[in-house]
This record gives sequence, C-alpha cells and structure tokens, in this order.
Amino acid sequence: MRVGVVTFPGSLDDVDARRAVAVAGGEPMRLWHADEDLRYVDAVVLPGGFSYGDYLRAGAIARFAPVMSSVVQAARGGTPVLGICNGFQVLCESHLLPGALIRNDHRKFVCRDQELVIENSTTAWTGGYAAGQHLVVPLKNGEGGYVADDVTLDRLEGEGRVVARYVGQNPNGSYRSIAGVSNERGNVVGLMPHPEHAVEELTGPTTDGLAFFTSVLRATVDA
Amino acid sequence: MARVVVDVMLKPEILDPQGKAVAQALPRLGFDGITAVRQGKRFELEVDGEVTEERLAQIRGAAETLLSNPVIEDFTVRVEEA
Repeated sequence: MRVGVVTFPGSLDDVDARRAVAVAGGEPMRLWHADEDLRYVDAVVLPGGFSYGDYLRAGAIARFAPVMSSVVQAARGGTPVLGICNGFQVLCESHLLPGALIRNDHRKFVCRDQELVIENSTTAWTGGYAAGQHLVVPLKNGEGGYVADDVTLDRLEGEGRVVARYVGQNPNGSYRSIAGVSNERGNVVGLMPHPEHAVEELTGPTTDGLAFFTSVLRATVDA
Repeated sequence: MARVVVDVMLKPEILDPQGKAVAQALPRLGFDGITAVRQGKRFELEVDGEVTEERLAQIRGAAETLLSNPVIEDFTVRVEEA
C-alpha cells in the first residue's frame, strides 16, 4: 500500500505526513511537484505549508503544478486524496472540493490543539472513526476560514459531506464551523487541522490523527 | 504595446478581514469619514501588439482560471489607454 506525499516548493508538513503514513503501516512515497506521474501510488496526500509562498492565493499556483494534473485525474477516478491545510486549499483551488479558504476572521495566525468532531465516518480517510467521535489534533493556519455560498453549504450538509467540524470556539471563522469536507464519492477529503502531527505520543497532543492514515490503508485494501 | 488591467475583488458577501483592519486603522490616523474598506488586487498585463477582441477573451479566460478564484472573487478587465 503506497501513499504518495507531494512536496511543492514551500511545503512544510510533507515529512510529517510521510512519517504518519509509515506509523500507520503504509509505504510512504515522495512525489515532487514537477513530476508528471504518480509512481503507481494507491493514495495521495497533499501536505500543509505555504506552497509557492502562498503567492496570488493560497494553493492557486500549486494547483497548476505538473503533478496536479495527475492528482486531479486520479481523484476523479476514485483514488483517495487527502489535502491537509495548504493541501485543502489546493483541492479547493483545483475544484475537486467546493468552497474556498480565506484569511481567519480575527486576522491572527492560530496555532493550538483543536477539538474536532468527526461527522462522516464513511469517507476513504475517516472509516476508522465513529461518527460523532471527538478528537484533538493540532491546528495552525492563517487562512483557514472555510467559505462557500449557502446553497453549497446546505448541499454539503444534506449529503453528509461535512467530514469534521470544530468543537467549541470557532478558531478561524469557518462558515458553520466546518473543519473538513469531502467530494461526493468520499475519496477526496480536505481538512484544515493536522492529523499528521497527532500520530505519536512523544510529539503529538494525542494519537487521534492516526486513524486518517490507517483508514485509507483499509479503504484501498477493501477496494 | 498595450496594457490590460484586471481588477480582482472579493465578492461582496465574502468577509474581507484585511479591508476591515485597514478601515479600523484609518480613524486612528485622523482619516475620518471612511465607513468601509474592501481590499482587492490589480494585475497589469503588458500585451504584445493590438488588443483584439480575441486577445481580450483570452485574458478573461486567464482572469477566470488563475488571476481570480470565481468561488470568492469577481474581476473586471479593461484596456488602459497609453
């Protein structure tokens, strides 16, 4: 089970994402933004960071990196893709997920351990959780406010595509406290908080994030 | 050579925290009477040769694809006279 982690110029969390894949029992593969192909990986993680310096808009330039044509194509074909933080921004810019992420409403960078509730445990990345399960994982973003028009938000809620929501105080002004969403098929998930930083007791606040990575291993074995 | 200007603004219903920060700073500096600020982006595109309708359509395509995110932003395209 090979999980590719894309490194863009300015990616920060690619090493932690690869480590999380390994801790979960998968085989992490490095993918470079200039690669044309995905080296036969079974799933893809777009990590956090500041790809291309967040120039223009966060994720806007990464979305046109050579590797992204293959990622978009694979995602449409059903390959599991997880975008974390900047990766979530890239997925929105790629139109693989609806909505967009804008600057936090309070204008400050937020960095803290964040409580979340998993609302959809049927996606490729959340099958290892129970719906309604609470977790605590790190959150760190400057542009983490999830926005979309009301029609889109209603549709996401109606179709169960709100994957995770913030619990307690809304950390960044995301509409309806949305922390993560999925595409219709449930193979593409975008998440603002960082499960890859919560997979080992030594360095994470919890190990609550690990199930994102074990879930996808199970999902691709079953598929 | 001609110049085409693309202005990109957040849609009115999208919160603009940067504009809000600027709006709050203005009265502190004594610039009164400004009730709201929205911050946008301006792109100046230098175009080779004449700006034809075809070229403008191409630039609109670029504005829609890369320069703006239509989910949260609107844009206008205009030719700047030399």
